[in-house]
Amino acid sequence: MRARIIGRMRALTCVAVVLTGVAVQVGAHAAPAGGGAARAGQDRSQRLYPALQRPPGDPELIARGRALYGINCRACHGLDLRGGDLGGPNLLRSQLVLRDQQGEEMLPVIRDGQSGAGGSSMPPQPLSDADIRAVVEYIHDVLGTASRQGGPPAGDEVELDILVGDAAAGQTYFATRCASCHSPTGDLQGIGARIPSAQQLQNTWVRGGARNAGRPPVIVTVTRSSGEPVVGWLERLNDFLVVLTEPDGRHRSFSRDGDTPVVEVDDPMAAHREMLPLYSDTDIHNVTAYLVTLQ
Amino acid sequence: MTSQPVCLVLAVAVVVVPAAALAQERGGLDPASLLEPLKESWPTYSGDYSGRRYSGLTQVTRDNVSRLTLAWTRQLNTGMPALEGANAPTFIGGEGTGEFAIGSQRIKGSILQVDDLLYVTAPDHVWALDVRDGGERWHYFWKTRGGPHIGNRGAALWRDSLIFETVDNYLVSLDARTGEERWHTEIASFEEQYFSTMAPIVVGDHLLVGTGNDLDAPGFLQSFDPATGALRWKFYTVPMSPDDPGIDTWPTLDAARHGGGQVWVPGAYDPETNYYIFGTGNPTPGYTGIARLGDNLFTCTLIAVDVDTGEMAWYFQTSPHDTHDWDSAQTPILIDGVIDGVPRKLVSTAARNGYFFTLDRVTGEHIVTTRYGATSNWASHIRENGSPNPHPAKEAIIPGALVSPVEGGVANWQPPAFNPDTGLFYTQENNGFNLLYLTELDPRGSMGLGGKDRITVGSGGNALSAIDYRTGETVWRHAWPIGGGGGAGVLTTAGGLVFTGDGSGNFVAFDAADGDLLWHTRIGNISNAPQTYLIDGRQHVLVASGRQLYAFVMY
Repeated sequence: MRARIIGRMRALTCVAVVLTGVAVQVGAHAAPAGGGAARAGQDRSQRLYPALQRPPGDPELIARGRALYGINCRACHGLDLRGGDLGGPNLLRSQLVLRDQQGEEMLPVIRDGQSGAGGSSMPPQPLSDADIRAVVEYIHDVLGTASRQGGPPAGDEVELDILVGDAAAGQTYFATRCASCHSPTGDLQGIGARIPSAQQLQNTWVRGGARNAGRPPVIVTVTRSSGEPVVGWLERLNDFLVVLTEPDGRHRSFSRDGDTPVVEVDDPMAAHREMLPLYSDTDIHNVTAYLVTLQ
Repeated sequence: MTSQPVCLVLAVAVVVVPAAALAQERGGLDPASLLEPLKESWPTYSGDYSGRRYSGLTQVTRDNVSRLTLAWTRQLNTGMPALEGANAPTFIGGEGTGEFAIGSQRIKGSILQVDDLLYVTAPDHVWALDVRDGGERWHYFWKTRGGPHIGNRGAALWRDSLIFETVDNYLVSLDARTGEERWHTEIASFEEQYFSTMAPIVVGDHLLVGTGNDLDAPGFLQSFDPATGALRWKFYTVPMSPDDPGIDTWPTLDAARHGGGQVWVPGAYDPETNYYIFGTGNPTPGYTGIARLGDNLFTCTLIAVDVDTGEMAWYFQTSPHDTHDWDSAQTPILIDGVIDGVPRKLVSTAARNGYFFTLDRVTGEHIVTTRYGATSNWASHIRENGSPNPHPAKEAIIPGALVSPVEGGVANWQPPAFNPDTGLFYTQENNGFNLLYLTELDPRGSMGLGGKDRITVGSGGNALSAIDYRTGETVWRHAWPIGGGGGAGVLTTAGGLVFTGDGSGNFVAFDAADGDLLWHTRIGNISNAPQTYLIDGRQHVLVASGRQLYAFVMY
């Protein structure tokens, strides 16, 4: 009886899940970490740190500073100011640079040089004060594009090749551990084409499907000491309460006291959760390599 | 290690000064009273110095907790207040322009309870509320310069001064009776992206102050004069010069000086040794360890410093070379216990990385390491010295590594508790999984917490766990139903109870001995740690859910 009701409910929800699953994937690109572009419309006074709150500098001065930086500073401090081949420190996390307001800290160092704490040293730069001010303005401009939580300015989008697995080994693993619920010619047909990003595909299958709205519903059976068991879609569950919706749309809730009433949860995600501690990273990479072939 | 002794004059003032008389003269809280075990009031972050959050009150018990009833509730506007008009704060301070609009914040700190007042904080806010009805006595608001408004862990009461930290790195002292500002002083550089959340800790005439930073800056603990805000000493948690201890665990001095190890959660204080024992945060850059190969001392480390000198007495690293943002800053607990039949002075801590430790708190000698996070999978083995050894394959890697716990850890700042009657250490246990991808391919690594993609892919189930401090074994464990767990701290009492939140909207009480669930009330998810005190001879239990306070009482 219970199995039959659950079976019917699964069939009812199946279509919805497949559709929302795909929809969620399409919109699932990760949000940028908060680089300059993401903040373009934001009121500067609401930005978290002084370097980000600074009013924009003079574009011409910044452009000149960028050119001068490229000639005089880049070899040591790097194209992106994060340290270069000749061992100059990362300027974007330099306490001196961060403290500087109008060149009062940076200018003397650029002009006169200084000995570094670790034995390294910075030679004086043959630049006029006006040129140094342009470089300072440029450095402040770059600092103003830093990401949240101390991250560097957002660089170019990098396409990572996460496909390091062995597809044949993945197919074998799939047959052993996944095929009891999933089929390459059934629910996962064309999954590699439906989710073209390999990273997205890996995230999705390890998670066991789409997030939130796209998740298959959890079915719960509540058995009291008397009366028929009540079966429905789980809305909420904690130690004191179970709330469900019956197939006819009726809202039901039951107080819980230990094992009374008996609450049985049929969660299609449970198998995926139970797998999490069992996967090796190699298993995961192999299965991803296999699923990508399901075009 | 650079420790700069600014003033050593007040050495050992803690016990010697006839503090009771002095306090009576000036009013407020006698610092010596903080040496008493937690019972009728709640005068410091953890209630007392031990970090146990074990109250001696016994009116509420296993047998009657079901009769606990609501005394009052009060909602606080933790967002941007009106700066003028009838609803404006009593006093407004701050170095900002008032333009930076803060959002509504959850109450994540300890609430001090002394005499007839409660002192409640949220970022940029302090309130004094009547202890009997939650009515406002005064409200102080700080106009911030900015910074991440993620939380405030509470204030410190020193005599009649209430002292707290602001997000934009000021220590602010208020007249505890009126809320009027006495002074403020900058404790860290806002330009260098420090931000401050910690509840300062009073030890005698020292005010111990920590701060935070995500941008590759060195961590430090500072001691200030609580009367004037003058700096006494500053203890860096990473090597700042070539001859500092720990330098051999960093590839370069530059890496060490940008190595993190922030101090952002209060520690515990042992009056017998005069050691303040606290944990440090993660090394930076957080996820790309390539530019800081080595153990990265003294990040993710339990440290004992002498309160009078700021000199390190011992250390134990709970997470060598962390690459997962697993700060080990959580409050440790001092336990007077018995190991192998011998009475010992111990300290235990349940780290964010999923490992539980017990040490000798006098010497730092390692006694116990166990894994209490059921699914924590990042360590290859336990080293001979007791530190878990990180497995390089469980760092962020290009094809993705499946890592448990998630960035928030198995535990976090939420305070654990220890009950000497049961011998059990109670902590939340969160067992999430992330796929962790390396996105920064540059051999220089990234900065701050950049350089990775972090995708949560599920949970191995969360629980409240009761751990035997002697063995590190979990004695009982209450698994939260799907979706429960997480954000609440823990309180335990001599009434044989453990209070916490279930992460599913309930405030709950357990039998401390066996984990029987005895009571609950659905007031919303608990956002701090429950506390208890005695008013009019009746035991109260106070807890916050977001910006709502609830005081319960046993009649």
